[in-house]
Amino acid sequence: MDILVCMKQVPDTETKIVINPEGTGIVTDGIKYVMNPYDEFAVEEALKIKEKMGGTVTIVSMGPQRATEAIRTALAMGADKGVHLCDDAFEGADSYSTAKALAAAIKPLSYDIILGGKQAVDHDNAQVYAALAELLDISHVSIVTQLDVAEDGKSAVAQREVEGGAREVIEVSLPAFIACQKGLNEPRYASLPGIMKAKKKPIDVIDLAKSGLSADEVGEKGAKLKIRKFFLPPEREAGKILEGEPEELATQLVKLLREEAKAI
Amino acid sequence: MTSETTDFLLIDEMLSDEERMVRDTVRGFVDEKVIPTIADDFEQAEAPMHLVREMGEMGIIGATLPQEYGCPGSSYVVYGLIQQELERGDSGIRSFNSVQSSLVMYPICEYGSEEQKRHWLPGLARGEKIGCFGLTEADHGSDPGGMKTRAVKDGASYVLNGSKMWITNGNVADVAVVWAKLDGEVRGFLVEKGTPGFTANLIKHKMSLRASVTSELVFEDCRIPAENLLPKSGGLRSPLGCLDKARYGIAWGATGSAMACYEASVRYAKERTQFDKPIGSFQLVQRKLALMLTEITAAQLLNLRVGRLKDEGKGRHQHTSMAKMNATSKALEIARMARDLHGANGISLEYPIIRHMNNLESVHTYEGTYDIHLLILGHEITGIPAFR
Repeated sequence: MDILVCMKQVPDTETKIVINPEGTGIVTDGIKYVMNPYDEFAVEEALKIKEKMGGTVTIVSMGPQRATEAIRTALAMGADKGVHLCDDAFEGADSYSTAKALAAAIKPLSYDIILGGKQAVDHDNAQVYAALAELLDISHVSIVTQLDVAEDGKSAVAQREVEGGAREVIEVSLPAFIACQKGLNEPRYASLPGIMKAKKKPIDVIDLAKSGLSADEVGEKGAKLKIRKFFLPPEREAGKILEGEPEELATQLVKLLREEAKAI
Repeated sequence: MTSETTDFLLIDEMLSDEERMVRDTVRGFVDEKVIPTIADDFEQAEAPMHLVREMGEMGIIGATLPQEYGCPGSSYVVYGLIQQELERGDSGIRSFNSVQSSLVMYPICEYGSEEQKRHWLPGLARGEKIGCFGLTEADHGSDPGGMKTRAVKDGASYVLNGSKMWITNGNVADVAVVWAKLDGEVRGFLVEKGTPGFTANLIKHKMSLRASVTSELVFEDCRIPAENLLPKSGGLRSPLGCLDKARYGIAWGATGSAMACYEASVRYAKERTQFDKPIGSFQLVQRKLALMLTEITAAQLLNLRVGRLKDEGKGRHQHTSMAKMNATSKALEIARMARDLHGANGISLEYPIIRHMNNLESVHTYEGTYDIHLLILGHEITGIPAFR
């Protein structure tokens, strides 16, 4: 099986997000970046498929120079090689122009299945994989919590989470894109020998020229969406503490709920 | 630098990508698998042995030992970072790793026969087998050369008599590396679990390292095959060589413990309000935090330098003594300051402080007490040994 994993490097989930003064993005100084947590499920599942059926696991990621660290983490977990779409032209992409660049990098590769997280925890759009599957003309199955690849590698049975805790079981012909959800597996830790080997594994860097795309198809120029503004929710105001006898308190409370909070 | 982190002098920039990745991976493991349950383990005096196999799968046991015996063959700095992160969780977990890596696997690797290495090292590295190290006796701690345990050759066997005290992993070990005098010379022997005449007794009522197994080992006419002698061991130099490796890791580990106390203290100082303001706004609290961060930073730099010297083959045991003595004493001071800063909460297991503080009481005196390491340095400085 030739297994691809689409992976994104995102700010650590414990990062305290600060919006820049212009409101055009977040302050990136001092942020620790990690592999998107949902992509960890994808890497783990890819490694499990490889362990069972043989083959190779290739990590495909788009991002600035620093994204190499996240690719190396996946290589340390046991993936075989990386493909890194890295060019200033790719910056500022939306889901569509990201999918476009990923598709360009993936098209020349041989693949039987593509895995990725169900969404990246930074922008939370959950759209890249659907657009990518469309551009590659393959099926996609979203929010997958169980996956069984058929022995011949031609199809897979995936379980999806649907409303009310129910499960939907889908059989899909391969290649397909599988969007991984928490619960699918427990991602392994990179091992020390794995980390030592990772630095020798190849990462193919694809810039704009190598991608075969033009500058206006990718990044901010190729985006269908333009982000106008970022803002944080207002800070919660301090609560009110009422004082007095119970009867008085009840009267005051009803008054406030009616007149100020307009809740009753 | 965000205030809760401890990398004030950008020491991360002195580490390679690989070293940082190992550190971050072990940190993630400790955050997810150790910290959520360690207070209960400590309270119940349970060693979380299920973590041993996980450490084995991560390849962080016996980190510096060669790949041909199923070990990673990594550097001393990487080994140190592993110990730092493990002890950021708990000294008991780090003690397990130190003992298995430096006091069991290292002597087998350094003083053992080819058969012994092939037989024991891969399983110990995977965490499938557990080892312990018996040097200290009830009456011989700082003066191990005075040991009473004896080995006598009898045909194709050695017969061991004596007892060892304060032995980490004793009751859970598959193999004990035991130091005994054979014709007056200290030699190392491998004693397997279940050997007739060998018993391990659990030491109870500890108020420190409660998440770690500590035992007494007793040998009564314990007969082991002659091939269980570590052939290349000879003299007190052999066990001291192991201790040098472990002590080096302890320096990093104690620093990790201090980092945990500091991080908790910064959070607490910002959240806890008294007199309508966070206690972090008071000068005496700020003084504590400033002293903590300074000592942590100094210890990190000292540990890293000693590690680099070891990796360059220039490390000396006196360097290790300085790092161990410094880190353990400063960590204990930091834990006590943190305990003070946390007020009554500082004695509750709901916070990590008292657990680290009690653990560090052991770490301060085991594997060479603070005073003995001072005297090793004193000998180095003056040329005059103050003991022996």
